[in-house]
This record gives sequence, structure tokens and C-alpha cells, in this order.
Amino acid sequence: MADKFEPNIVGFLCNWCSYAAADLAGSNKLEVPATLTTIRVMCSSRVDPVMLLSAYLRGADGVLVAGCHPGDCHYQTGNYLARRRFALMHKILETFGLDSNRFRLSWISASEGKRFSEVTNEFAEHITKLGPNPLRKMPFIE
Amino acid sequence: MHNARGTTHEAYCVEREALSMKQFQVPRPPDDALRDMLASLMDKGKVGGVFALAQTGENSYSYALITDKKLLDHIVPTLPLMPANAGKMVSRLTMLEPVKTPIAVIMRPCELRALFELVKLEQARLDNLLFISYTCGGVLEMKTAKDGLQLKLEEYWKQVKTGGVSEDMRDSCRVCENFVPTGADITLTLVGNDNGKQTTVQVNSEKGEEFLAGLSYELTEAGPELEALDSMRKKRAEQKPDVFGQFAAEELGMAGLTALFGRCIGCHACGRACPVCYCSSCHFEAAENEFDPSTLETELTNRGALRLPTGTLYYQIGRLFHVSISCVGCGMCSDVCPVDIPVASLFAKLAGSVQGMFGYVSGRDAEEKIPTSTFEMEELEEIGA
Repeated sequence: MADKFEPNIVGFLCNWCSYAAADLAGSNKLEVPATLTTIRVMCSSRVDPVMLLSAYLRGADGVLVAGCHPGDCHYQTGNYLARRRFALMHKILETFGLDSNRFRLSWISASEGKRFSEVTNEFAEHITKLGPNPLRKMPFIE
Repeated sequence: MHNARGTTHEAYCVEREALSMKQFQVPRPPDDALRDMLASLMDKGKVGGVFALAQTGENSYSYALITDKKLLDHIVPTLPLMPANAGKMVSRLTMLEPVKTPIAVIMRPCELRALFELVKLEQARLDNLLFISYTCGGVLEMKTAKDGLQLKLEEYWKQVKTGGVSEDMRDSCRVCENFVPTGADITLTLVGNDNGKQTTVQVNSEKGEEFLAGLSYELTEAGPELEALDSMRKKRAEQKPDVFGQFAAEELGMAGLTALFGRCIGCHACGRACPVCYCSSCHFEAAENEFDPSTLETELTNRGALRLPTGTLYYQIGRLFHVSISCVGCGMCSDVCPVDIPVASLFAKLAGSVQGMFGYVSGRDAEEKIPTSTFEMEELEEIGA
């Protein structure tokens, strides 16, 4: 088992929807990748793209941002702004030929414990296929 | 979402609109024509001061705010040097309170765009400012102010007369297609003009007309000279492969970026000089970005070697994340870089692609919202899953 690659995923979860969904997944004993590190933020729009960059440069294999479904933001419009920022970041990564595949934005509501389990497992599978983030062990960067 | 190819065309239409106004001719070179005009404005009490590029000594140039009419001799408003982005300077003057006495502000198109961008970011105000700008031939690197400036100026003005591109210009100017000011009240025609002899002044707004009323200028209706502008636009587009070629996505990647920023000494001068990188306490200079002992240990265990100072690549890419949507392509960042990293060209290329996503041209219009501060409900559905 020691050789099997288990991707390190950093998940930025919004307090009102996705973090509650993570909680629900737990209480329902649904499986979530063991290597998912969650960071609770008050809103998906609290996530500055440089936070994702920091996770990526320090070697996270995958970075997930999850928030309320469009139209359901606790702060009315935060997730729409988060979506624009995420799209912008994606474009930048693509323009540079960087690995935009390792980043994902998902909408998971507070009642979707099952969906939380599905999204995180599917993302972990996707990252497993991509393999480890080569930046993690690269000398002289950051 | 807008068509990405719409951007240049939209800017093109806006500038034609911006220029199709009244104009007058002055049989004097642009700097002299401006000094005369400003002196009259001050005499009549229409403006209390002038903000412009000034020569303050031999080989010394800086922006200055001048309220004593006798000192107007010092201004060199069309000299192709940019010691700082004037938009940033005006932001500092107006951030806390709007200007009380009207001031005539002379700045280049990209500086005006930076100022408008700063207004959207709540860092500047436009009250009581009369904007004078000109069709811009670009600027030379600031270090040319040290020696041999006169020789380079000759070549520069020769090129501007025909709408050409001069070799000593900043890279960002060589590829700039937004050299016609939008949002100026008064615009001088430098591109395609014989700047040693006469000056064409266009009045673009009612505010501009009000300020000039009572002065001895006779306005005539006339369309802009488009030929030289089109020629310059074409010549600048031709420079793009040369300037941007080094940043092809397939050649860049992480290896390319680390090589490009491999010389970075982490001085953050690019951010300080950048007009739209405006935070007074910078995220990348915060104590939380210092590596604590446990991070250091983890990083060294993983990598075997760390670059010091840490965080140079994080800073550079992070800054591209933060400000590319508002980048006006002025080239200050490259100009101040002590190790000659082509930051501005990288920014210009990226700004074109991210602003294009939203059909946005930063600073084109002070009323327009920055794409990251607004949204549409039905868009980008492929992004969130």
C-alpha cells in the first residue's frame, strides 16, 4: 500500500453550504478521500486565487473550491464573483501552459452530503490519473 | 460573454468617436502650444495649477504639480519619458479628498486609463481635473534620460511623424494599440503631425470647451487624421510576434516561468511602480508569507533546496493574478526592473487574453465596472460543476 499514490487535495469550503455538506457526509458515514484537507472560508468569494496558487506551488496535487449553488449564496452574490475569479485564474494558468486541470470549482449545497462525497471522490480519482504534482519536489522554486 | 475578438474593434470605435470633435491649430510645437494655453488658463483663473512632466535640472525629469505660473517653463509634457505612471501620482493627490481648485492634468493615454482604473478601485477622484492628453508615440526607457537623449529624441520624433515605431521605445509601447486617449477633454495630435512646427488641438468634451472659452482659439469642425493612426496601429501589430513570441504557452510552463523569473531578486519594484497594484499593505510583504521553521523544514525535506529570498515566483505569478485584469500596459514594471525581466510584455500578453474574456479594455471608461467586481447570472457555466 505504501507505493500507492493518494493525492493531497486542499479544499476551500464555504461555511454555509459546502462545509455543512462535508459535515453531513460525515454524519451519514459517507466516504470522503482521507487526504482531503479542508479549509473553511466564510464564502467562496473569500478565496483569493493566490491562495490556490500557494497550495499548488507548495505541492498540493489538487485544489478544490466549493460553495453554494449559483443563486443560493448566503451573501447573495459571492459565488458569482468567485466564479469569475476562478475563470480568470484558469485563463491565466492556460496562457502560461500550467496545469489548470488540478483546480476545480464545485457547487455543493448544505443538504448535499452525498454529492460532497461524490465530488471529492471523483476529483481525487481525476487527480490520481494526473499523478503527483511535480512542483512539490522541485528545487529552487517558489 | 463577449466575443474575445471584439476588444480591439470596440476600442477602435470608441477612439473614433472620441476624436470626431472640434479642433484648432496653433503654429507652435506642442510643448510651447501647451505652455501658452496653460498660462492663459492660469491668467484667467480657470485653473489653479498644472500637473505635467517637468524638467527639474540637467538629466532630471519628474512629474510635478505647478501652481506658480513662472515655473511653467519647466514643463515638458510631450517628452517621451515616463518617470512614474501619472495615473498613480494623481491617485495619491486625490485619494483622501477631491481637488478643490481646478487643475489641468497632462498625461499619456495609458496613464489616463490607469487613473480611471484607480477611480473604479476607489483610489482616486476626477473632480475638478481638466484632462489634456495626446495621441501617443510611446516612451523611451527611463535610463535614456541619463545620456544621449537628444539623439534618440530626433529619431523618435521622426518616427512619430509617420506613425512608425522607434527602436528605443519600451517594449510595451512597441505593441500598444491603445495610443489614442479616451476620456480626455483636450487631445493634441502628435502621431502623424509635424511636431517641430505646428500643433493640432482637438476638443473632445463640453468641459474642454468651457475651459477654452474666452481664450483666443478659433474652433473648427474637423474629422481626425486617421491615416497616420492606422499606420501606427498596423506597425505596432507587426511588433507583437517579436515581443510576445517568447511567451508561447507551449514553451512557457513552469520551467519557462522559473527561467523567466530566475533572475528576480524580490525587490518588488515592479509592484511599487505599477499604477494598478495599489494596496498600501501588500499581501506578498506580509509576515504571514515568511516561512516559519516548520514550513522551512517541510519544504527542504521535499525539495532539497530553496531559493532565497523565498516567494519570488509566488509574488510574480500572484501579481499576474491580482492585476492583469486592470493592467493598462504602461510598461513601468519592466522599466524599473533592475535585472531586466520582461515583466511588462508578459503582463501585456496576459492582459490581452484575460480582459478579452470579458470584452474589457482596462481604463477605457471610468464608468465601466472591472469584470471581477461584477457578474452575469448566466455565464461561465462550464467553470463551476
